[in-house]
Amino acid sequence: MITEYLLILVSTILVNNFVLVKFLGLCPFMSVSRKLETAMGMSMATTFVLTLASVCSYLVNIYILEPAGLEYLRTIAFILVIAAVVQFTEMVVHKTSPLLYQVLGIFLPLITTNCAVLGVALLNTQAQHTFMQSAVYGFGAAIGFSLVLIMFSAMRERLAAADVPTPFRGPAIALITAGLMSLAFMGFSGLVKG
Amino acid sequence: MLTAILSLAGLAIVFGLILGFAAVRFRVESDPIVDKIDALLPQTQCGQCTFPGCRPYAEAITKGEADINQCPPGGDNTILALADLLGVDPKPLNPENGEVKEEKTVVIIDENICIGCTLCIQACPVDAILGAAKQMHTVIEEECTGCNLCIPPCPVECIYIVPVKKTIQSWKWPDPDNTQVENGVAG
Repeated sequence: MITEYLLILVSTILVNNFVLVKFLGLCPFMSVSRKLETAMGMSMATTFVLTLASVCSYLVNIYILEPAGLEYLRTIAFILVIAAVVQFTEMVVHKTSPLLYQVLGIFLPLITTNCAVLGVALLNTQAQHTFMQSAVYGFGAAIGFSLVLIMFSAMRERLAAADVPTPFRGPAIALITAGLMSLAFMGFSGLVKG
Repeated sequence: MLTAILSLAGLAIVFGLILGFAAVRFRVESDPIVDKIDALLPQTQCGQCTFPGCRPYAEAITKGEADINQCPPGGDNTILALADLLGVDPKPLNPENGEVKEEKTVVIIDENICIGCTLCIQACPVDAILGAAKQMHTVIEEECTGCNLCIPPCPVECIYIVPVKKTIQSWKWPDPDNTQVENGVAG
């Protein structure tokens, strides 16, 4: 039982990392990684949203969509769920941590359009996960996203001060870095099957 | 078809209710009186009231931690306006915070003496001083609020206080004296 959850965690964090192996959620990966602090805040918010959205969309899928035979409405229903969860998160963050709210700014509502969130919800139904499996899968995906985002932003902070050849400055070197990280993560394949 | 419409509508209504509840439960109180006090302050951000800017001073007044007579740049007019807003008696400016200036001043940097130490840049609350380490500094006069906070840190005493030059654009009739204000003509 526990090994199964551990396997899901290792699989989503390292082997099938959503950003570097499945190439989901690339826009926040590129845009919020300029500063380590923002990246950490974004990671926390995304972790919360991803786990909650994963569980909520599982419930919506099992208790509303499947009994009514409405599987074809999955995408729109999941987007509705994600939008509501993000809005809820925004309110909670605004109330509990005004500083984090200011730091995250526009990126918080933009989690709605983070394709990793919808991706996790859809992959959950595709893999026919149970309730706990969905939660662990969502959490693992979020941790994987956070891990990669924080590592990448730490590297980009160094890159900003590095002497990069002129044609590679800015997004070019960032994309090359992301590609090299992705190559490195490919090395994890074979660690776990699934 | 009907189930699809109904279930999605139901879902939307449920989420709407949850969000509506959350909006009430997690409402962020912003105190309207702080905004009103802040609007009366001169926004020089000079810190002479012992608070790090005008808004923190406004918040301190609302909490009762500060008195209304701690703002030298605003002078008597600000004190009267604050007293009027808060329904308390006006009192003279607290001399510990500074003196009311007779006329509006700005500072200038004697660029021949300036050694480019950046100390005054760090002291300036409104970023009105331009310069870099070991480069000559200068004051953007339109941005300078005349708070004189840059003068104590200067190691070579190259910063001078000068009155704002009156040009055709900036000239206006002199302010009415405060006796009229106290009688309720203005404020």
